[in-house]
Amino acid sequence: MTPPLLADMPTAGGYLLVLAIMVPIAGVLFQFVLGGRWAGRIALLVMPAGLAIAVAITVRLTESGRPLVYHLAGLAPPLGLALRADGFSALMLLTSALIIAAIGLFARPDFATPAASGEARAPFVFWTLLLALWSALAVVFLGEDLFTLYVGLELLTFGAVPLVSLDGRAETITAALRYLLFALFGSALFLAGTVLLYGEYGTLDISLLAARTHPDVTSAIAVAMMTAGLLAKAALFPFHLWLPPAHAGAPAPASALLSALVVKGPFFLVVRLWFDAMPVLTNLPAAQILGALGSGAVLFGSVLALRQSRLKPLIAYSTVAQIGYLFLMFPLAGGEALPASVRMAVWTGGAAQAASHAFAKAAMFAGAGLIGQTLGHDRISDLRGIGTALPLTTFALALSGLSLMGLPPSGGFLAKWLLLRASIATAQWWWAGLMLTGGLLAGGYIFRIVAPALSAPEVPLAAVRTPARRQEMLVLALAMLSLLLGVVPLGLSTLLAVGSPVATQILPR
Amino acid sequence: MTADVLFGLAGAVLVGLGLYGLVADPLPLRKLLAFNMLGGGVFLVFGVVARRGAAAGLGGDPVPQALVITGLVVAFAATALAVALLRLLFERTGQTLLDPHAEESSHPDQTNE
Repeated sequence: MTPPLLADMPTAGGYLLVLAIMVPIAGVLFQFVLGGRWAGRIALLVMPAGLAIAVAITVRLTESGRPLVYHLAGLAPPLGLALRADGFSALMLLTSALIIAAIGLFARPDFATPAASGEARAPFVFWTLLLALWSALAVVFLGEDLFTLYVGLELLTFGAVPLVSLDGRAETITAALRYLLFALFGSALFLAGTVLLYGEYGTLDISLLAARTHPDVTSAIAVAMMTAGLLAKAALFPFHLWLPPAHAGAPAPASALLSALVVKGPFFLVVRLWFDAMPVLTNLPAAQILGALGSGAVLFGSVLALRQSRLKPLIAYSTVAQIGYLFLMFPLAGGEALPASVRMAVWTGGAAQAASHAFAKAAMFAGAGLIGQTLGHDRISDLRGIGTALPLTTFALALSGLSLMGLPPSGGFLAKWLLLRASIATAQWWWAGLMLTGGLLAGGYIFRIVAPALSAPEVPLAAVRTPARRQEMLVLALAMLSLLLGVVPLGLSTLLAVGSPVATQILPR
Repeated sequence: MTADVLFGLAGAVLVGLGLYGLVADPLPLRKLLAFNMLGGGVFLVFGVVARRGAAAGLGGDPVPQALVITGLVVAFAATALAVALLRLLFERTGQTLLDPHAEESSHPDQTNE
């Protein structure tokens, strides 16, 4: 496959990509300069701007049907660095912008700077890291150079780790430290693979690599190291050990960001590496290994989720399981021998899974936070009556559950349906069996939350604190977004076809 | 054996030792030192790649050298963050061990608050 040179040319509107990265990071700088209660205000100011940029990028892609490309300082690769947004990047940018805006509004009461003090540690750290994470995610979704992506990945880690230990308890510090050590292992391997690729091909630009790569031992070792590193950061089974304590221990808004968005960054880079940079390698049986690890994650994560006694660890193990589905993209869409229509369907399904899981999981963690505040604990066995106390939140949890189970009408249904059909079309029925089993198990752990929540309590519920109505509405809005993805399949597939590496046969790039 | 090969092998040894330490050593501080050793090995390989790409009268390809500087800064920042977390952990608990089984819900009745 020779990518056309046209894809490398800078396009009009490329400045939007720079803005998507620079606006949040400029916000961080202002937060440090102005300090104190300005941190929260600036974050709230940046949110509509960032959302508008993400919408503008998505609209431009859908209208022109071509990816946006920007060359930093006007220098073309291999000398300069490129930023590029294809349909998948735009979808992930939009998802991040919506979730960050919703979680930012949700977190206002939790992270308000106390009136007495000019500046409090936890709110200040939360608001600066919120914007820092946003910028890092934009780098990861838009970077076209493997080293740029490495830097983005590191920024993402540095933003995510302190969020875990925001409350400063010893157990969350341990969780943060374990997360950081896993992440450092991952980044060192990614960097080692990067240097091997540079030594072999003399460039780190993804589109140039796609034109130059050939399957040889060095490339295979480099890609294996980078993939292993990224899997450690994406918490794919068996590298998932750090995820449950980190995501379950963080404060609810931080858990929502970590589970919804941060783990998607490394996954997105595996997709970039396998489909965009090294398409010649996706034919190899290695894609089956990724699929097998994904299956392990689905089964292991779901079964452990069923066994948890508290709400937040249950949701965290559900993340472990749902990440597994994402990696089924590789055996189902890898290999240029497969028909383009099937590969495109899998591409759409994988992206829909990433986005719908992000919305559903943000809603679930935020909802679990509200339940925890109301009850003063999050033991699943004592959830009885919460359905009457917090009807909107319980409804939102159930709606998000639909998406995780893959029931219609939801984004999760669209994703799992597309992957399921592809597994039958490509005669790989075992993935279909796995997805159905995973759906049943997900049904089981969602039932474990919803059933006690809807039953009448033996003693009247004593609410420790009633959350603001607005917070409940935001949780519901996030759950609705995950559902809405399922009713716009056409718009989604049009967007995702833009600049997609698997769509080259049917659409000119 | 040319200098390139020698340094390349040295880098590979450092990477191997670092990976082993990062995976096998139970102590977080030593894991961190192992990460730095691993990073050192990778940076050495960067140097070898730069040397092998020498052209146009330069002693080495400047691109990997530029990348190494960025990589060093990132590794430094990562180490600083990890050390800060370790110190905090020591202040709170008086020890710096990671309990390898803490993530299994060994305390089922422990509340979140």
